Amino acid sequence: MMTKESLERALAADRRALSGAAAQAAARFAERAGTEGVAKVTYAQVDTPVGIASVAATERGVVSVGLPNRALDDFLAELADGVSPRIVEAPGALDETRRELDEYFGGRREAFDLALDWQLVPGGFYRKVLRATARLPFGITATYGEIAGKAGNPRAHRAAGTALGSNPLPIVVPCHRIVRSGGDPGDYGGGAEMKRWLLELEGALSEG
Amino acid sequence: MTHVASREPFQVFLNAHSGAVLGFLRAFVGSADADDCFQETFMSALRAYESLDGANPRAWVLRIARNKAIDHHRARARRPVPKGDLPDVPAPTAKRTDPELWGAVADLPEKQRAAVALRFASDLRFRDVGEAMGISEAAARRNVHEGLRKLRETVNKETR
Repeated sequence: MMTKESLERALAADRRALSGAAAQAAARFAERAGTEGVAKVTYAQVDTPVGIASVAATERGVVSVGLPNRALDDFLAELADGVSPRIVEAPGALDETRRELDEYFGGRREAFDLALDWQLVPGGFYRKVLRATARLPFGITATYGEIAGKAGNPRAHRAAGTALGSNPLPIVVPCHRIVRSGGDPGDYGGGAEMKRWLLELEGALSEG
Repeated sequence: MTHVASREPFQVFLNAHSGAVLGFLRAFVGSADADDCFQETFMSALRAYESLDGANPRAWVLRIARNKAIDHHRARARRPVPKGDLPDVPAPTAKRTDPELWGAVADLPEKQRAAVALRFASDLRFRDVGEAMGISEAAARRNVHEGLRKLRETVNKETR
Protein backbone atom coordinates (compact mmCIF):
# COMPACT_ATOMS: atom_id res chain seq x y z
CA MET A 1 0.00 0.00 0.00
CA MET A 2 1.41 3.33 -1.04
CA THR A 3 0.92 6.21 1.38
CA LYS A 4 0.82 9.84 0.31
CA GLU A 5 4.36 10.32 1.63
CA SER A 6 5.87 7.28 -0.09
CA LEU A 7 4.18 8.34 -3.33
CA GLU A 8 5.67 11.83 -3.08
CA ARG A 9 9.10 10.34 -2.37
CA ALA A 10 8.83 8.01 -5.37
CA LEU A 11 7.84 10.91 -7.65
CA ALA A 12 10.79 12.99 -6.46
CA ALA A 13 13.32 10.13 -6.74
CA ASP A 14 13.56 10.51 -10.50
CA ARG A 15 15.10 13.98 -10.12
CA ARG A 16 18.42 12.75 -8.83
CA ALA A 17 18.66 10.02 -11.46
CA LEU A 18 18.27 12.68 -14.12
CA SER A 19 21.11 15.11 -13.53
CA GLY A 20 23.56 13.39 -15.91
CA ALA A 21 20.99 13.24 -18.70
CA ALA A 22 20.09 16.90 -18.13
CA ALA A 23 23.74 17.96 -18.40
CA GLN A 24 24.07 16.04 -21.68
CA ALA A 25 20.88 17.54 -23.10
CA ALA A 26 22.08 21.02 -22.08
CA ALA A 27 25.45 20.49 -23.77
CA ARG A 28 23.77 19.32 -26.99
CA PHE A 29 21.52 22.36 -26.89
CA ALA A 30 24.37 24.82 -26.27
CA GLU A 31 26.41 23.47 -29.16
CA ARG A 32 23.43 23.71 -31.52
CA ALA A 33 22.49 27.22 -30.37
CA GLY A 34 26.10 28.29 -30.95
CA THR A 35 26.44 26.73 -34.39
CA GLU A 36 23.05 27.95 -35.61
CA GLY A 37 23.76 31.52 -34.53
CA VAL A 38 20.81 31.83 -32.13
CA ALA A 39 23.36 32.51 -29.39
CA LYS A 40 25.21 35.79 -29.93
CA VAL A 41 28.36 34.72 -28.08
CA THR A 42 29.97 31.29 -27.85
CA TYR A 43 32.73 30.39 -25.46
CA ALA A 44 35.02 27.51 -24.61
CA GLN A 45 37.71 26.72 -22.09
CA VAL A 46 41.22 25.98 -23.29
CA ASP A 47 43.85 24.00 -21.42
CA THR A 48 47.24 25.73 -21.49
CA PRO A 49 50.55 24.95 -19.75
CA VAL A 50 49.87 27.87 -17.39
CA GLY A 51 46.26 27.00 -16.52
CA ILE A 52 42.77 27.02 -18.02
CA ALA A 53 42.04 29.99 -20.25
CA SER A 54 38.68 30.99 -21.76
CA VAL A 55 37.91 32.29 -25.21
CA ALA A 56 34.72 33.82 -26.59
CA ALA A 57 33.61 34.71 -30.10
CA THR A 58 30.76 36.43 -31.92
CA GLU A 59 29.81 35.86 -35.56
CA ARG A 60 32.48 38.46 -36.43
CA GLY A 61 35.35 36.74 -34.65
CA VAL A 62 37.15 36.31 -31.34
CA VAL A 63 35.84 38.98 -28.97
CA SER A 64 37.48 38.14 -25.65
CA VAL A 65 40.22 35.99 -24.16
CA GLY A 66 40.25 35.22 -20.43
CA LEU A 67 43.68 34.42 -19.02
CA PRO A 68 43.93 31.60 -16.44
CA ASN A 69 43.87 33.98 -13.44
CA ARG A 70 40.44 35.25 -14.56
CA ALA A 71 37.39 33.65 -12.93
CA LEU A 72 34.95 32.23 -15.51
CA ASP A 73 31.93 33.92 -13.85
CA ASP A 74 33.61 37.26 -14.17
CA PHE A 75 34.61 36.62 -17.79
CA LEU A 76 31.01 35.68 -18.71
CA ALA A 77 29.45 38.56 -16.76
CA GLU A 78 31.58 41.05 -18.68
CA LEU A 79 30.48 39.53 -21.98
CA ALA A 80 26.81 39.56 -20.88
CA ASP A 81 27.07 43.27 -20.07
CA GLY A 82 29.35 44.33 -22.92
CA VAL A 83 28.18 42.16 -25.83
CA SER A 84 25.01 40.12 -25.19
CA PRO A 85 23.62 37.82 -22.46
CA ARG A 86 22.89 35.21 -25.14
CA ILE A 87 26.06 33.29 -24.30
CA VAL A 88 26.50 29.51 -24.54
CA GLU A 89 29.40 27.14 -24.06
CA ALA A 90 30.00 25.66 -27.53
CA PRO A 91 33.51 24.21 -27.85
CA GLY A 92 32.67 22.76 -31.27
CA ALA A 93 31.87 26.22 -32.67
CA LEU A 94 35.35 27.36 -31.53
CA ASP A 95 37.35 24.42 -32.91
CA GLU A 96 39.70 26.51 -35.05
CA THR A 97 40.33 29.10 -32.32
CA ARG A 98 41.08 26.42 -29.75
CA ARG A 99 43.41 24.65 -32.16
CA GLU A 100 45.41 27.80 -32.87
CA LEU A 101 45.72 28.60 -29.17
CA ASP A 102 46.88 25.02 -28.48
CA GLU A 103 49.52 25.36 -31.18
CA TYR A 104 50.72 28.72 -29.86
CA PHE A 105 51.04 27.49 -26.27
CA GLY A 106 52.74 24.34 -27.54
CA GLY A 107 55.36 26.41 -29.38
CA ARG A 108 54.09 25.33 -32.82
CA ARG A 109 52.50 28.60 -33.96
CA GLU A 110 53.87 32.14 -34.19
CA ALA A 111 50.95 34.09 -35.67
CA PHE A 112 47.19 33.73 -35.36
CA ASP A 113 45.00 33.36 -38.37
CA LEU A 114 41.76 34.35 -36.61
CA ALA A 115 39.15 36.99 -37.32
CA LEU A 116 38.85 39.43 -34.40
CA ASP A 117 35.82 41.35 -33.15
CA TRP A 118 37.08 44.65 -31.67
CA GLN A 119 33.78 45.74 -30.12
CA LEU A 120 35.06 45.57 -26.53
CA VAL A 121 37.96 47.89 -27.36
CA PRO A 122 37.09 51.57 -27.03
CA GLY A 123 37.81 53.70 -30.10
CA GLY A 124 40.41 56.41 -30.44
CA PHE A 125 43.89 56.13 -29.02
CA TYR A 126 43.15 52.87 -27.13
CA ARG A 127 42.23 51.12 -30.32
CA LYS A 128 45.24 52.53 -32.17
CA VAL A 129 47.56 51.19 -29.45
CA LEU A 130 46.01 47.71 -29.59
CA ARG A 131 46.02 47.66 -33.40
CA ALA A 132 49.71 48.57 -33.38
CA THR A 133 50.32 45.85 -30.77
CA ALA A 134 48.53 43.30 -32.94
CA ARG A 135 51.11 43.95 -35.67
CA LEU A 136 54.13 43.19 -33.45
CA PRO A 137 55.64 39.91 -34.66
CA PHE A 138 56.31 36.86 -32.50
CA GLY A 139 59.41 37.20 -30.36
CA ILE A 140 59.76 40.98 -30.89
CA THR A 141 59.19 43.35 -27.98
CA ALA A 142 58.56 47.10 -27.86
CA THR A 143 58.54 49.59 -24.99
CA TYR A 144 55.43 51.47 -23.85
CA GLY A 145 56.89 54.64 -25.41
CA GLU A 146 57.57 52.89 -28.72
CA ILE A 147 54.04 51.49 -28.99
CA ALA A 148 52.60 54.92 -28.08
CA GLY A 149 54.68 56.32 -30.97
CA LYS A 150 53.38 53.68 -33.40
CA ALA A 151 49.86 54.67 -32.31
CA GLY A 152 50.64 58.29 -33.19
CA ASN A 153 51.60 59.89 -29.87
CA PRO A 154 55.13 59.06 -28.64
CA ARG A 155 54.67 60.98 -25.39
CA ALA A 156 51.55 59.06 -24.32
CA HIS A 157 53.34 56.03 -22.86
CA ARG A 158 51.10 56.09 -19.75
CA ALA A 159 47.89 56.10 -21.78
CA ALA A 160 49.38 53.29 -23.87
CA GLY A 161 49.93 51.32 -20.66
CA THR A 162 46.29 51.85 -19.65
CA ALA A 163 45.08 50.76 -23.09
CA LEU A 164 47.19 47.61 -22.91
CA GLY A 165 45.98 46.91 -19.38
CA SER A 166 42.39 46.86 -20.60
CA ASN A 167 43.11 44.61 -23.61
CA PRO A 168 40.11 42.23 -23.94
CA LEU A 169 42.09 40.07 -26.39
CA PRO A 170 45.35 39.11 -24.65
CA ILE A 171 47.56 36.51 -26.41
CA VAL A 172 45.91 37.11 -29.83
CA VAL A 173 46.62 40.84 -29.46
CA PRO A 174 50.04 40.25 -27.85
CA CYS A 175 50.21 42.93 -25.18
CA HIS A 176 52.78 40.77 -23.38
CA ARG A 177 55.30 41.93 -26.01
CA ILE A 178 55.20 45.47 -24.62
CA VAL A 179 57.86 45.82 -21.91
CA ARG A 180 59.47 48.53 -19.78
CA SER A 181 62.33 50.51 -21.29
CA GLY A 182 64.82 49.07 -18.78
CA GLY A 183 64.14 45.56 -20.08
CA ASP A 184 61.96 44.49 -17.16
CA PRO A 185 58.80 42.81 -18.54
CA GLY A 186 56.51 44.90 -16.34
CA ASP A 187 52.86 44.41 -15.42
CA TYR A 188 50.46 41.98 -17.04
CA GLY A 189 46.76 41.25 -16.64
CA GLY A 190 47.51 37.55 -16.33
CA GLY A 191 50.24 38.22 -13.76
CA ALA A 192 53.91 39.19 -14.13
CA GLU A 193 54.92 35.53 -13.96
CA MET A 194 52.78 34.64 -16.96
CA LYS A 195 54.22 37.55 -18.95
CA ARG A 196 57.69 36.21 -18.27
CA TRP A 197 56.55 32.71 -19.31
CA LEU A 198 55.12 33.99 -22.61
CA LEU A 199 58.24 36.02 -23.44
CA GLU A 200 60.34 32.98 -22.69
CA LEU A 201 58.15 30.84 -24.95
CA GLU A 202 58.83 33.37 -27.71
CA GLY A 203 62.56 33.56 -26.93
CA ALA A 204 62.18 37.28 -26.25
CA LEU A 205 63.32 37.45 -22.65
CA SER A 206 66.56 39.44 -22.41
CA GLU A 207 69.18 37.87 -20.18
CA GLY A 208 70.07 39.40 -16.80
CA MET B 1 19.03 57.26 -20.00
CA THR B 2 17.05 54.06 -19.83
CA HIS B 3 18.23 51.48 -17.38
CA VAL B 4 19.05 48.17 -18.96
CA ALA B 5 18.86 45.38 -16.40
CA SER B 6 21.98 43.31 -16.49
CA ARG B 7 21.17 39.77 -17.31
CA GLU B 8 23.06 36.66 -16.28
CA PRO B 9 24.76 34.75 -19.11
CA PHE B 10 22.38 32.28 -20.79
CA GLN B 11 24.71 29.37 -20.04
CA VAL B 12 24.27 30.02 -16.30
CA PHE B 13 20.49 30.05 -16.75
CA LEU B 14 20.68 26.83 -18.81
CA ASN B 15 22.78 25.03 -16.19
CA ALA B 16 20.46 26.18 -13.41
CA HIS B 17 17.21 24.98 -15.01
CA SER B 18 18.06 22.08 -17.35
CA GLY B 19 17.35 19.46 -14.65
CA ALA B 20 13.95 20.92 -13.77
CA VAL B 21 12.96 21.20 -17.44
CA LEU B 22 14.07 17.69 -18.42
CA GLY B 23 12.43 16.25 -15.29
CA PHE B 24 9.17 18.00 -16.06
CA LEU B 25 9.17 16.92 -19.71
CA ARG B 26 9.93 13.29 -18.94
CA ALA B 27 7.04 13.21 -16.50
CA PHE B 28 4.72 15.20 -18.78
CA VAL B 29 5.35 13.79 -22.29
CA GLY B 30 7.44 10.68 -21.55
CA SER B 31 11.09 9.84 -22.13
CA ALA B 32 10.82 9.39 -25.89
CA ASP B 33 9.71 12.97 -26.65
CA ALA B 34 11.34 14.73 -23.72
CA ASP B 35 14.64 15.49 -25.42
CA ASP B 36 13.07 17.05 -28.55
CA CYS B 37 10.85 19.20 -26.35
CA PHE B 38 13.86 20.13 -24.21
CA GLN B 39 15.74 21.40 -27.27
CA GLU B 40 12.72 23.39 -28.51
CA THR B 41 12.09 24.84 -25.06
CA PHE B 42 15.58 26.24 -24.58
CA MET B 43 15.75 27.45 -28.20
CA SER B 44 12.59 29.53 -27.58
CA ALA B 45 13.92 30.67 -24.20
CA LEU B 46 17.17 31.82 -25.82
CA ARG B 47 15.32 33.75 -28.53
CA ALA B 48 13.14 35.46 -25.95
CA TYR B 49 15.85 35.77 -23.28
CA GLU B 50 16.06 39.56 -23.34
CA SER B 51 12.34 39.79 -22.55
CA LEU B 52 12.58 37.70 -19.37
CA ASP B 53 11.80 40.11 -16.52
CA GLY B 54 13.97 38.17 -14.09
CA ALA B 55 11.32 37.72 -11.40
CA ASN B 56 10.99 33.97 -11.68
CA PRO B 57 13.15 32.45 -14.42
CA ARG B 58 12.35 28.85 -13.47
CA ALA B 59 8.58 29.30 -13.71
CA TRP B 60 9.14 31.23 -16.97
CA VAL B 61 11.11 28.45 -18.68
CA LEU B 62 8.75 25.73 -17.40
CA ARG B 63 5.82 27.64 -18.83
CA ILE B 64 7.58 27.55 -22.21
CA ALA B 65 8.27 23.83 -21.70
CA ARG B 66 4.62 23.05 -21.03
CA ASN B 67 3.51 24.98 -24.13
CA LYS B 68 6.11 23.18 -26.27
CA ALA B 69 5.02 19.83 -24.88
CA ILE B 70 1.35 20.54 -25.64
CA ASP B 71 2.25 21.67 -29.21
CA HIS B 72 4.36 18.57 -29.65
CA HIS B 73 1.52 16.36 -28.49
CA ARG B 74 -0.97 18.06 -30.86
CA ALA B 75 1.40 17.74 -33.82
CA ARG B 76 1.80 14.07 -33.02
CA ALA B 77 -1.96 13.55 -32.71
CA ARG B 78 -2.49 15.07 -36.19
CA ARG B 79 -0.11 12.60 -37.81
CA PRO B 80 -1.74 9.36 -39.00
CA VAL B 81 -1.13 6.71 -36.37
CA PRO B 82 0.01 3.30 -37.60
CA LYS B 83 -2.15 0.34 -36.65
CA GLY B 84 -1.78 -0.42 -32.97
CA ASP B 85 0.05 1.65 -30.44
CA LEU B 86 3.61 2.72 -31.06
CA PRO B 87 6.00 0.91 -28.77
CA ASP B 88 7.15 3.13 -25.94
CA VAL B 89 10.79 3.68 -26.88
CA PRO B 90 12.87 4.36 -23.80
CA ALA B 91 15.32 7.26 -23.96
CA PRO B 92 18.93 6.06 -24.29
CA THR B 93 20.01 7.87 -21.13
CA ALA B 94 18.81 7.55 -17.53
CA LYS B 95 16.32 4.85 -16.64
CA ARG B 96 13.10 5.72 -14.85
CA THR B 97 13.23 4.87 -11.20
CA ASP B 98 9.65 3.59 -11.18
CA PRO B 99 8.18 2.89 -14.62
CA GLU B 100 4.74 1.83 -13.31
CA LEU B 101 4.31 5.01 -11.35
CA TRP B 102 5.27 7.16 -14.34
CA GLY B 103 2.93 5.13 -16.50
CA ALA B 104 0.14 6.10 -14.09
CA VAL B 105 1.24 9.76 -14.26
CA ALA B 106 0.95 9.60 -18.05
CA ASP B 107 -2.72 8.61 -17.70
CA LEU B 108 -3.66 11.66 -15.59
CA PRO B 109 -5.68 14.48 -17.18
CA GLU B 110 -3.42 17.16 -18.69
CA LYS B 111 -3.68 19.78 -15.91
CA GLN B 112 -3.15 17.31 -13.10
CA ARG B 113 -0.27 15.71 -14.96
CA ALA B 114 1.37 19.11 -15.48
CA ALA B 115 0.83 20.11 -11.84
CA VAL B 116 2.19 16.82 -10.45
CA ALA B 117 5.19 16.96 -12.83
CA LEU B 118 5.99 20.58 -11.89
CA ARG B 119 5.60 19.93 -8.17
CA PHE B 120 7.63 16.71 -7.95
CA ALA B 121 9.75 16.25 -11.08
CA SER B 122 10.75 19.95 -11.16
CA ASP B 123 10.53 20.54 -7.39
CA LEU B 124 8.50 23.75 -7.67
CA ARG B 125 6.59 25.38 -4.81
CA PHE B 126 2.82 25.61 -5.33
CA ARG B 127 3.05 29.32 -6.07
CA ASP B 128 5.52 28.61 -8.88
CA VAL B 129 3.49 25.65 -10.15
CA GLY B 130 0.64 28.12 -10.53
CA GLU B 131 2.85 30.68 -12.23
CA ALA B 132 4.22 28.11 -14.69
CA MET B 133 0.67 26.98 -15.53
CA GLY B 134 -0.89 30.44 -15.58
CA ILE B 135 -3.33 29.54 -12.77
CA SER B 136 -3.66 30.56 -9.10
CA GLU B 137 -1.69 28.96 -6.29
CA ALA B 138 -4.92 27.49 -4.90
CA ALA B 139 -5.80 25.97 -8.26
CA ALA B 140 -2.27 24.54 -8.50
CA ARG B 141 -2.72 22.91 -5.08
CA ARG B 142 -6.05 21.41 -6.12
CA ASN B 143 -4.58 19.96 -9.29
CA VAL B 144 -1.63 18.41 -7.46
CA HIS B 145 -3.87 17.06 -4.71
CA GLU B 146 -6.36 15.57 -7.14
CA GLY B 147 -3.53 14.12 -9.25
CA LEU B 148 -1.94 12.46 -6.22
CA ARG B 149 -5.28 11.02 -5.15
CA LYS B 150 -5.77 9.38 -8.56
CA LEU B 151 -2.19 8.13 -8.62
CA ARG B 152 -2.57 6.44 -5.24
CA GLU B 153 -5.78 4.81 -6.40
CA THR B 154 -4.17 3.47 -9.57
CA VAL B 155 -0.92 2.35 -7.98
CA ASN B 156 -2.60 0.70 -4.99
CA LYS B 157 -5.06 -1.07 -7.27
CA GLU B 158 -2.24 -2.46 -9.40
CA THR B 159 -0.11 -3.69 -6.50
CA ARG B 160 -2.94 -5.20 -4.49
